[in-house]
Amino acid sequence: MLTEGVPAALRGFAGRLGRLVLLLVAVAVASFALMVNSPVDLVAAYVGADVASLGPEQRALIEERWGLNDPAHERFLAWLGNLVRGDFGFSATFNQPVLEVIGDKFLASLALMALAWLLSGVLGFGLGLLAGARQGRATDRVITWWAYTLASAPTFWVGLLLLYVFAVSLNWAPVCCAVPIGVPAADVTLLDRLHHLVLPAVTLSVVGIAPVVLHTRQAVIEALAGDHVAFARAQGERGFGLIRHRVVRNAAAPALLLQFSSLGELFGGSVLAEQVFSYPGLGAATTTAALNQDVPLLLGIALFTTVLVFTGNAIGDRVHAGVDPRAALADARRSR
Amino acid sequence: MSALLAVSSLAVSFHQYERGLRRRTVVPLSAMDLTADRGELVALVGASGAGKTLLAHAVLGMLPPNAEESGDIRVDGEPLDPPARRARAGRGIALLPQSVTFLDPVTPVGRQLRRSAALAGRPDPRAAAATALTDRGLSPEVAGRYPHELSGGMVRRVLTAMAMMGSPDLVLADEPTPGLPAEAVRAVLHDLRRIADDGRAVVLITHDLPAALEVADRVVICHDGRTIDEVRPADFTGNGEALSHPYTRALWLALPANGFHLPEDS
Repeated sequence: MLTEGVPAALRGFAGRLGRLVLLLVAVAVASFALMVNSPVDLVAAYVGADVASLGPEQRALIEERWGLNDPAHERFLAWLGNLVRGDFGFSATFNQPVLEVIGDKFLASLALMALAWLLSGVLGFGLGLLAGARQGRATDRVITWWAYTLASAPTFWVGLLLLYVFAVSLNWAPVCCAVPIGVPAADVTLLDRLHHLVLPAVTLSVVGIAPVVLHTRQAVIEALAGDHVAFARAQGERGFGLIRHRVVRNAAAPALLLQFSSLGELFGGSVLAEQVFSYPGLGAATTTAALNQDVPLLLGIALFTTVLVFTGNAIGDRVHAGVDPRAALADARRSR
Repeated sequence: MSALLAVSSLAVSFHQYERGLRRRTVVPLSAMDLTADRGELVALVGASGAGKTLLAHAVLGMLPPNAEESGDIRVDGEPLDPPARRARAGRGIALLPQSVTFLDPVTPVGRQLRRSAALAGRPDPRAAAATALTDRGLSPEVAGRYPHELSGGMVRRVLTAMAMMGSPDLVLADEPTPGLPAEAVRAVLHDLRRIADDGRAVVLITHDLPAALEVADRVVICHDGRTIDEVRPADFTGNGEALSHPYTRALWLALPANGFHLPEDS
C-alpha cells in the first residue's frame, strides 16, 4: 500500500507541475501578444517626461538597441529565455528589478490578503451554516439578503463607505497606508500595522464572503434533507448536535474548495481595495505599473498571479479530498 | 394488557403556502390504525405514496414543524405526544433503514456508531461501538472505513448495529428490500424475524407484498393515507378467496406469480 502510494503521489505532483508550466507558457504568450499589440510606446514609457527632447535618431538607436524592430516571435523567445534564467527585467516605476518589486509588494499584501481570506472563510462558513440550519426563517432571510447585497456591491464602493464611516466620521481607523505617516520605520509597532490593516482587510473580505455564505447555505440545506440526517434524527439527534455531527463536514467540502479557488478574485479585489486605502501592496503596484506603462512589471505580475491562483486551486483539491474521501476516489479514477 | 404500539385514527396534514398567502392543506395520512406487540412482526404494505414512511416519522415524533397531527399513538398503553415520542427515538423506538444513503457519507462508520451509542445513552460509547461491530460479525478495521467503502451487506449490518444500540422495544424497518437481490432480501427478512423473536415489536414497512408474507405475523394494507385491511398471511392464497377487501385482493392478484391481473374497473 505504502510503496504504491508514494510514487502515485509523486506522479500526481509531477503532473500538476507539468500543467502549471503549460499554463504559464499560455499566459506568457497571451500577455506578450497583448503587449505587442497595445499602443504602449515603450521608449516613451521608459524615458518619461523627457521624451519631447528625444530626437528621431536617438529614438531609432534605442529601438535598435532594444531589438524593438525584430519580429515578435524572436522578441518573445528572447524574453522567455530571460525568464528561464530568472531575469524578469527592470521596473522603471519602482527603480528595482521586477522580481524584487513583486517580492516586497507581495509581502505587504500577504497580511492583508490572508486576513481578508480568513475573515471571509470563517465568517462566510459560519453565517452559511446558520442560514442553512434556519432555512426560511427571519435569520436566514436577513443573512441571505445581506449576502446578495455584498455580492452585488463593488469592492471600492464598500471601501469608500467604510472609510467614510469608520475613518472620517468615527475616527476609529486611519484613512490610509500600511503604517502611520511620519513615523520612522523602526518605531512602527505591530499594533500600528494591525490598526492600518483592519479596514482594508474587511473591505477585501467582502469580495469572498457572499459566495461562501450562499454555497454553504445550499450545502447545509441539501445535507439536512438527506437520508443520513433523517436517520440521525430518528436516533435522537437534535438541533446543534445534528449540525455539528452530521452537517458541518458535508457543508465544509464545497466551502473549502470555493475558498481556495477564490485566490484570483481575492487578488482582483486587492487591486481595488489597496487603491482606495493607499495600501502599498501588490494590488496598488499593479495599478501603478499599468498607469505608468511599466510593461516588465505588468508581465511579471501576470505570471506571478498565475502561480498564485494555480497553487490555490491545487491546495483546494487536496483539502477537498481530505474532507470528502469520495472526491479523492474520483480523482484517483480520473488520473488512472 | 395493551399492545406495545397502538396507533389509532392517526391523521397528518401539512399546511403549505403557495404564491403569496394562499394556503393549501395536504392530507397525506387520513386514518391509520396499527398495533404491534412484543415478539410480533407486523407488515405495513402499500403502494409508494400511501403514507407508510410518514407513519414511521410520526411514531418517532420527527414530523416537520408545518405538519399537524391528530389521533392517538400509545406506547405501552400510554398516550404520547410528539415531544414524548421524540424523547424515545433512538432508545425505546428505533428506525432501521437499509440503504447506504442513511449513513453520513463523509464520516467513518466507527464515529457514526459511537455517536449512536452516545445518543442511546450508553455509558462508554467507544466500547459499545466496538462491541456492536464485532457482534454483527464485522472486523474492527471496518470502523475506520467510510460508507462508500463498504459492501451492501456490511452497510446493512452497520445500520442494524446503530439502530439496535439503544436496545429498542419497537423497531420500524423502512423499505428494507427494494433493489436487493433475492438472497439479500431473504437475509434482511430473516434478520427482522430474529429481532422480533428476541421479544421486540417489528413494523416492516414495505411495498413488497411477497417479501412481507414470508415473515410477517400480520399484514396491514394501506392505501391513500388510510389503513384499509388487516390480513393473516395465510389468507393470501389461491385466487384470494379468503381476502374480503377488494383492494387487498387486487393487490394479491396483481403480483407476477398470480398472473399480473389488473382490476377490471381500471
